[in-house]
Amino acid sequence: MARLNVKINGLELKNPVMTASGTFGYGLEFADLMPLDGIGGIIVKGTTLSPREGNDYPRMVETASGMLNCVGLQNKGVDYFCEHIYPQIKDIDTNMIVNVSGSSPEDYAECAARIDALDKIPAIELNISCPNVKDGGMAFGVTCCGASSVVRAVRQRYHKTLIVKLSPNVTDITEIARAVEAEGADSVSLINTLMGMAIDIERRRPLLSINTGGLSGPAVKPVAMRMVWQVAKAVRIPVIGLGGISSAKDAIEFLMAGATAIEIGTANFLDPTISIKVRDGISDWLDAHGCQSVQEIIGVI
Amino acid sequence: MKKNLLDLRVKSVERIHERYVLIRLTDEHPLPEMMPGQFVEVRVEGSPSTFLRRPISINYVDRLQNELWLLVAVVGEGTRHLAGLQAGDVLNCLFPLGNGFTMPQAADERILLVGGGVGVAPLLYMGAEMQRQGIEPTFLLGARTSKDLLMLDIFNRFGRVYVTTEDGSEGEKGFVTNHTILQRELFSRIATCGPTPMMKAVARYARHAQVECEVSLENLMACGLGACLCCVEKTVDGNLCVCKEGPVFNIRKLLWQD
Repeated sequence: MARLNVKINGLELKNPVMTASGTFGYGLEFADLMPLDGIGGIIVKGTTLSPREGNDYPRMVETASGMLNCVGLQNKGVDYFCEHIYPQIKDIDTNMIVNVSGSSPEDYAECAARIDALDKIPAIELNISCPNVKDGGMAFGVTCCGASSVVRAVRQRYHKTLIVKLSPNVTDITEIARAVEAEGADSVSLINTLMGMAIDIERRRPLLSINTGGLSGPAVKPVAMRMVWQVAKAVRIPVIGLGGISSAKDAIEFLMAGATAIEIGTANFLDPTISIKVRDGISDWLDAHGCQSVQEIIGVI
Repeated sequence: MKKNLLDLRVKSVERIHERYVLIRLTDEHPLPEMMPGQFVEVRVEGSPSTFLRRPISINYVDRLQNELWLLVAVVGEGTRHLAGLQAGDVLNCLFPLGNGFTMPQAADERILLVGGGVGVAPLLYMGAEMQRQGIEPTFLLGARTSKDLLMLDIFNRFGRVYVTTEDGSEGEKGFVTNHTILQRELFSRIATCGPTPMMKAVARYARHAQVECEVSLENLMACGLGACLCCVEKTVDGNLCVCKEGPVFNIRKLLWQD
């Protein structure tokens, strides 16, 4: 059996498969269906300093090989997370990583600092790329200056592994990746959703409550793949790849393109056990190809 | 209640109406426990435009035959694909999901089950479970015409059935909320499932008559597990996932004031 463990700077992953924020709840929702400790990490729902109600319904549209969503970071806030959710998830034997969002660098930093105090949360994923909120989110992730300002503020208050989730809605994603690396990010994850839109032609209205939403699913995979490949060439820190991964083959493509680890998102909705199947599929592929370790295929392209 | 992801075997697909099919599923093992009002997220294989699972309410559970029944309205590409399933095919099912209707707490509870269109589906299992507890359910079922009344013969097996049709071709003419049973009898609770305007009318009646009322919502869903937060409904407790906190809600929890 090939070795599957990988490292995101200081963070040890038993295998390179994680679940993407917003698609796997707090993990608990899937506990009946698969062993949560079987994957390398679980990135829990986007968390903000203050509670957020999110956007109005409808928040989701099915599209060709994918879906649009405009959930808008609905969550009960970081204090609720620390008091009520953390105790339920802290003993899950994998990396429980919190996705952190905000509307100002100070917000992000304060939220991150409160999570820094939680023993069993070894890392955060900084969401500077949510396309569905007006005040912040993607606004920071689409300019080097904005991205740097958030990462700088958080880095001063957060001392564990800091992953920054990048937006694909930019001209050159490598510039943003280099900017956050320069501010001390330990890793970048990409891509967040691509901004999209769908229209109900009978009612002559957009299908989403805020008109636009983020596209995810297999439809975005080639775009994500290209960006992961570009960023992996542009930075020294480890890259986490995501965007439409639905099978072990997809995951292996991302690893070859330069991702040290991968996240599975929308595919969790189709098969809530897919992350375990992807892990097993990677392992089988490595064995079948005589590889001793997953490291042998990372970044071979 | 434990959630399961199982490949169930299609026992039969019966076209019971031009727009509806009844799919009977079974498994080699005893089917898991399920509550009336809960639902199944089915995977639609081989339909290119159907990306997500489809939520279908539990129509009936036949424990003797080890069958799970799904009543499917054929409305789009995904459900058309489900209607085309053949005996022996496999359907990947994630279930049981969500919270069901509140079952009777006392033998003298008088519960009225109000359904319209494909919304009658979960009320059959609810009525069957009530009968199993020794409580006779009362069904009030509405449809456009007599031929749109689904599974009437089976409803009749489990309780008293009252009917309305919009054209008067069967039962009383009008909508369910016009039926005289609502003037003639008093119920302690109403459970309803059907088109939103119908459920809102039932909720209005229930508020006015001061009767407890539960409605079953069917907002667009993705995960079915409370993870993606796509199917939210505005409630007195903020936005709640219909898939996890519902699909059954007490109307006091909803912001239905109209």
